[in-house]
Amino acid sequence: MARILGGLIAGLLFGVGLSISGMINPAKVIGFLDIFGAWDPSLAFVMLGGVAVTAIGYRTVLRRSQPLFEPGFILPTRRDIDLPLLAGASLFGIGWGLGGYCPGPALAGLGFGNLETLGFVAAMVLGMFVARQSANALFSTKVKAGRSS
Amino acid sequence: MTHFTPFASLFGGALIGLSAVALLLLNGRIAGISGITAGLLSLSGQAPDRGWRIAFVIGLVVAPLTLMLISGERPGIDFIAPLPIMLLAGFIVGFGTVLGNGCTSGHGVCGIARLSPRSIIATAVFMTTGIATTYVVHHLLAGG
Repeated sequence: MARILGGLIAGLLFGVGLSISGMINPAKVIGFLDIFGAWDPSLAFVMLGGVAVTAIGYRTVLRRSQPLFEPGFILPTRRDIDLPLLAGASLFGIGWGLGGYCPGPALAGLGFGNLETLGFVAAMVLGMFVARQSANALFSTKVKAGRSS
Repeated sequence: MTHFTPFASLFGGALIGLSAVALLLLNGRIAGISGITAGLLSLSGQAPDRGWRIAFVIGLVVAPLTLMLISGERPGIDFIAPLPIMLLAGFIVGFGTVLGNGCTSGHGVCGIARLSPRSIIATAVFMTTGIATTYVVHHLLAGG
């Protein structure tokens, strides 16, 4: 039960952050990626704020022997740069540039009832499902379930 | 085009960081949205792991609506691509983030904050292909 509360608190904070930062707006994301056009550098400030708070906060939290609601921390340990990482990140960037949505803002926008958001999320979930089913066969590298580094 | 909002964006970004710190402190997890979402698609079904992921996504969906009710202001959500392109984009984003083990949050915020070499490379790669795709779509194909 406590873990569910932990997830809810983090999700709420994340959603408020996406909304206030303007990242929930696909047009603003494209404005950031369009460095050769009418560039809107706002998203660099989102990353700056996010990375700064996370870097300081993580260091503080990781001095603890364990989190509050779990017996241990679950952190990515891989450091190798492999083909699935490069191919996956390349594809993700292409999709991001096409639609102006990455996974967080797309989910956060679901409540506003736009067909484009709903369609994007449905297609994204399908893409995730297909990747989980086929990545092992394609790259003979195990894609770890539900883990992002 | 959209306007430069340095203060709102910095503050919103800090809240995203606070979310990441909260999830690590409470549940011992990295706040990667693609990882949290994709973890729900497990067919084998690890039931104990599912509750907090669903709760996170519910919080993510409910938060902007709650904020709108409090502030009385609807956040700008403007689309630059028609529905068929959004479907294609969604599929590529879903496939790519699972293959590459993360997205803007897991790699771009949490991973960079941890100085993970995989995340630094992944972020550089998706920023580059994102900028290149935007250039092709809005300048080369649009003729601008």
